[in-house]
Amino acid sequence: MPEHNLLFFLGAFLFSSGLYIVFTKKNAIMILLGIELMLNAANLNLVIFNQLTTGYDGQFFALFVIVVAVCEAAVGLALIFRIYHYFHTSVPDQFSDLKEIN
Amino acid sequence: MSYGNLFLYLFMLSAFVSVAAMLFTRTIFFAALSLIVCLLSISGIFALLNAEFLAITQIVIYAGGVLVLILFGIMLTNKISGKPLLMEAHHSIPGMIISIVLFLLLVDAYQKTSFTATESIQLQSNHINHIGTNLMSTYVAPFEVAGLLLLVSLIGAALMASLTKKNNNA
Repeated sequence: MPEHNLLFFLGAFLFSSGLYIVFTKKNAIMILLGIELMLNAANLNLVIFNQLTTGYDGQFFALFVIVVAVCEAAVGLALIFRIYHYFHTSVPDQFSDLKEIN
Repeated sequence: MSYGNLFLYLFMLSAFVSVAAMLFTRTIFFAALSLIVCLLSISGIFALLNAEFLAITQIVIYAGGVLVLILFGIMLTNKISGKPLLMEAHHSIPGMIISIVLFLLLVDAYQKTSFTATESIQLQSNHINHIGTNLMSTYVAPFEVAGLLLLVSLIGAALMASLTKKNNNA
């Protein structure tokens, strides 16, 4: 099937562009978006592998990956809110203190 | 070329274009909206690859839940209201080198792997029935652990986001 090759290319492209976003963007929300993109590229690969083999194991893995991604997004956004309340910024380079500033 | 293949190529093209827009835009709101387009295209690909339940889950959870949450996050952490939140990039060259090398590694690995089980694709029509029964029988332990993880992260996120300044001397 020739389209499986193209789908693998698409998965690799999504994963590496998510990695690029995580590395280079300064905003914390943008980093979260990059992580979501990488998790979705992994899901895409799992579904293609599921198509290439018998059974439904790939789809179950993808389902649990989606659950973990949701938990990660919720906790990450809550952390960003707390940090924004303290430091009034959402750029991770600008909050390097562990203690509260008085 | 059948209609399924045509739609598969269309979804792949739209996913590619939206991710490219995400890479090159400077407005973070626009980046989140292109991520929605990308996730919807991926759910279309799922639906064409015999994973209908995953496609529906992807639409409901990502486009309905996570991205709305992220859009609220962008709007709540916007310092100057009315002005679009711009993002700067740093370490562009090393990031580009690392991601291009990773992309080439992944493509190389795909081309060196032979998927021998291609002939044995199941052509069942009731995927969702099968997923439901297996989720409650074979995969019941990870299912329960996933529910517990969701509960714990929900409580943790709500607690963390609602802490007030009253107890900061405790």
